[in-house]
Amino acid sequence: MSDTNGPAEGRHPMTGNAMSGDARGGMERHAYDVVVVGAGGAGLRAAIAAHDAGARTAIVCKSLLGKAHTVMAEGGIAAAMGNRWPEDNWEVHFRDTMRGGKMLNNWRMAQLHAQEAPERVQELEDWGALFDRTEDGLISQRDFGGHKYARLAHVGDRTGLEMIRTLQQRAVSLGIDVFMECTVTDVFKEGDRVSGAFAYWRESGRFIVFDAPSVILATGGIGKSFKVTSNSWEYTGDGHALAMRAGASLINMEFVQFHPTGMVWPPSVKGLLVTESVRGDGGILKNSEGERFMFDYIPEFFRAETADTVEEADAWYEDKKNNRRPPELLPRDEVARAINSEIKAGRGTPHGGIYLDIASRRSPEFIRKRLPSMYHQFKELADVDITAEPMEIGPTCHYVMGGVEVDADTQESAVTGLYAVGECSGGMHGSNRLGGNSLGDLLVFGKRAGEHASTYAASLRGARPQVDEADVRAAQASALAPFEVEGGENPYSIQSDLQQSMNDLVGIIRTRTELEESLGEIEAFKERARTMVVEGHRQYNPGWHLALDLRNMLIVSECIAKAALAREESRGGHTRDDFPGPDPAWGTKNLVVTLDAAGTGVELHEKPLPEMPDELKGYFA
Amino acid sequence: MPTTDHGVTSPSRARIGERTLRQDRWWLQPLTTFVVFSAFVVYATVRAFMGRDYYASPYLSPFYSPCLGDCVEGASDFGQPFAWWPLSAALIILIFPLGFRMTCYYYRKAYYRAFWLSPPACGVAEPHGAYSGETRLPLVLQNVHRYFWYAAVVVGLVLTFDVVLAFRPMPAEYAVGDGETSGIHMGLGTLLMIVNVVFIWLYTLSCHSCRHIVGGRLRHFSQHPVRYRLWTWVSRLNTSHGRWAWYSLFSVALVDLYIFLLATGTIQDLRFF
Amino acid sequence: MSYTLKLRIWRGDSDGGEIQDFPVEVSDGEVVLDAIHRVQATQAGDLAVRWNCKAGKCGSCSAEVNGRPRLMCMCRLSDFEQDETITVTPMRTFPVIRDLVTDVSFNYEKAKQLPAAKLGPRDADGKRRMAQVDVERGQEFRKCIECFLCQDVCHVVRDHEDNKEAFAGPRFFLRYAELDMHPLDTHDRRELAQGAAGLGMCNITKCCTEVCPEGIKITDNAIIPMKERVVDRKFDPLVWLGNKIGLRNKDVEGRTEV
Repeated sequence: MSDTNGPAEGRHPMTGNAMSGDARGGMERHAYDVVVVGAGGAGLRAAIAAHDAGARTAIVCKSLLGKAHTVMAEGGIAAAMGNRWPEDNWEVHFRDTMRGGKMLNNWRMAQLHAQEAPERVQELEDWGALFDRTEDGLISQRDFGGHKYARLAHVGDRTGLEMIRTLQQRAVSLGIDVFMECTVTDVFKEGDRVSGAFAYWRESGRFIVFDAPSVILATGGIGKSFKVTSNSWEYTGDGHALAMRAGASLINMEFVQFHPTGMVWPPSVKGLLVTESVRGDGGILKNSEGERFMFDYIPEFFRAETADTVEEADAWYEDKKNNRRPPELLPRDEVARAINSEIKAGRGTPHGGIYLDIASRRSPEFIRKRLPSMYHQFKELADVDITAEPMEIGPTCHYVMGGVEVDADTQESAVTGLYAVGECSGGMHGSNRLGGNSLGDLLVFGKRAGEHASTYAASLRGARPQVDEADVRAAQASALAPFEVEGGENPYSIQSDLQQSMNDLVGIIRTRTELEESLGEIEAFKERARTMVVEGHRQYNPGWHLALDLRNMLIVSECIAKAALAREESRGGHTRDDFPGPDPAWGTKNLVVTLDAAGTGVELHEKPLPEMPDELKGYFA
Repeated sequence: MPTTDHGVTSPSRARIGERTLRQDRWWLQPLTTFVVFSAFVVYATVRAFMGRDYYASPYLSPFYSPCLGDCVEGASDFGQPFAWWPLSAALIILIFPLGFRMTCYYYRKAYYRAFWLSPPACGVAEPHGAYSGETRLPLVLQNVHRYFWYAAVVVGLVLTFDVVLAFRPMPAEYAVGDGETSGIHMGLGTLLMIVNVVFIWLYTLSCHSCRHIVGGRLRHFSQHPVRYRLWTWVSRLNTSHGRWAWYSLFSVALVDLYIFLLATGTIQDLRFF
Repeated sequence: MSYTLKLRIWRGDSDGGEIQDFPVEVSDGEVVLDAIHRVQATQAGDLAVRWNCKAGKCGSCSAEVNGRPRLMCMCRLSDFEQDETITVTPMRTFPVIRDLVTDVSFNYEKAKQLPAAKLGPRDADGKRRMAQVDVERGQEFRKCIECFLCQDVCHVVRDHEDNKEAFAGPRFFLRYAELDMHPLDTHDRRELAQGAAGLGMCNITKCCTEVCPEGIKITDNAIIPMKERVVDRKFDPLVWLGNKIGLRNKDVEGRTEV
């Protein structure tokens, strides 16, 4: 490595972290109080909180610091600060969140989120974030689907970048240790309690053992199991799978959010997100016949608060008090389904999407000012000038509402010492997440998890669970297994087949026969994965990395398909063609999945939804 | 020139022999800059040292304005405080426009690239073994740019005054008709001087130091609305600073050349009225 | 419509390597990263390449395409002739790890040395007030996706390994400028920018601006204004004199030097 600028001898060149003396070719070993897996918004916020609570904290992330998927978030952070609408408060936000999730949310999480998000946003500003401002100099808030008031704190259409950079800079200034390009493959336990984690450096292929009583999973989602997705390669469901293998359960896995507006052309960017702000700022959806079709798709549940004429919808942008919201700003699941129906009815665009038009409705200056990165994205990648012509868009896999089942207040899973936050945790968003609620979720529960993980670690004093050396050997053998096989298939083709199969069979509209077919295919993929082969050696070998990630993708895909098959109704992010409406009986229970006894498949259980206290029920009377 | 092992061929970097893998004509821009700047420097040096043919009534060459030495009759609009100066009068005042341009952020970029090859173009290895940037003498003096800017404003005012004077009526011997010696006059020379002074002002006001002084140094634009407005104007000009640098370089040379040709009697001024 | 792209990729590690031919099938609307991925999936499964979002937002897939620092995901094949050979190499300023992946820890080390934002207390109602015009300059710099292409192209370190110690690079001059222009920050980092960060090493040859995929005017809007601010602090005798006789620049009031 660089001799003049490289870190001191014995420290890792990527991160500056100290290695053990016999590191060369051997195994590194580090002891921490709290190990955070993932360095997106949730992981960074959790690490900051754990550090502030006095814990020795490490962040372990698959990519370089600051590259996590949070950077892709565009719209904003939902927080009832009341800067635009003084009548906004946590109760209204709570109500919007629950209604958006079709009442399947964990009420306590929705409540905590609505209550604590404003302070979490202010905190970012203390650490150097530069949000867009109102005329009074306060943090500006914008409109988004499903939110009654303009509530999303934002920075143009790159809020996620602002958030991750702010948290990253805060974490760096606090001196928190970061293990970059380092992938966690196992969580160790002693008895029922977490004792550490096992990981490998992507760069060198060398292994690391972390001795730590608290592990916080903040690994994001599962989008890479689908072909058309707005998610990056990292979204392979690592946290979901790690938690299951450690004995925790997942919840709500059937609910996968398809964002209504992803790019459909050119092929290389198919699925790439087009922010909801385009609609919040005046964009409308049209089919190939030029018809503004969303008025035909207003569901009964939202009829009272949605405009039913073009005049009222257009007047809303100027006068929000006296008009109802345009139907383009219905929650994402509704809009995605509507777009899907239009395309299926043969009213799609040449590239198989529908039109999202802001060019004919707003001035070029306005568009460039409010949506700079969308302008840039279409200009650079599709050669489309969004100030002059409509965009072609279609639904894209965006977010998984399901995740590790955790305690609402502490984010602890069923395994003592194992926490999950952000997208890889479940419950908060119910069956459908509102735009802007994910960034708030990361901050609110990141902080809570960090604090509780730290408190738990401190409470152990000397009596920490120990990592069993036999487990370390097993973890190492498992990680190296793909090199041992000869004559098998390469992981890229299995991954690509899995993505196609999930897209076709477990996509936005589902039926029993297709879901059953998909479960059969997943079994076949699992079989193929057992004999997949990796070429080359351990040093920065993407084929090997994918082979390890693929195991997680397969198990998570099975969870989704199994849960989707069981839930015989349509609700939020889960739409069954054979059960088109919501079923009140299903509205009272969650589906929970765990690993089966053999560890090769998943098991499904029903669990009643936690009941909301009466004072909160009042908001929905 | 081969690179040393300080840079892209140092041992830790990816082993690639070429100093650049660029396939476009990256050398064209530095070469053009080199040729044009060199030509200007040669021309300006010759003209500055000549000490004559810089005034053709009513036009005074910008290289000699203000003419403060022992200047020819009619050229000394600000007196002759340096009448004792033995050399060309241009040498008394050229340090100001020269200094302004030498320390200009745009020219620095252009000549560091074209003359110093530091770097010749982006992604093309420079030939030097060591580099300390603008941290030491003499290059640390680039930081005085703002003082040359103050001087450049004065120079700009003087050149503007010269343009006003260029509307003066011609002496009687040049008169076209009978007794046409009063009123105002305009010739091609006047026009060239107008164009020149416009480019000079565009160049001077688009300067990065100017941008800093009028408002860029503030941290709260909201509390200084007038300076903020000025800053936005200068910022807009500033995006084309390099263009104004080139245009004004050409225009100043052209005006001087035109006056030289008039003063030597090679051509006659084209007179509009 | 598809065709066979004449693609060449540098493969190797810190012990050596070479540019190898990988002819690969590509189609309309694809970018260089697509071609690289196809090579990875069909010809060289262990080809090391760093990437994440493939949308020009994360800044991971930085490399050099025909000698120019580029994000591979934003480098469209339609910008090249179909019979043109495209050569992809790792960034040549950072130590190579393997194939197209370089050790960019230089940048993370420099980030650690920079004192973070330090704002004063909030307003009485627990909120902060800043005017939009006051945050806009900083917002431009915060568009930075940390692709480190500016660091890669900057000849100060690209051509002089020994300068890495004393030079933070354009990405961090952006940070210094952002914080210096922050309406509520309480630190004065000008001395530090000139000293520890090596702002004076920059000879404003503007390559950083040329390669910035976010179109940030690094030189004109950050480095030069920062140089001018350093002049205020260190090189301007009038400002110095003004300070001596009590004519203080009010805009710097309330800041402490770090």
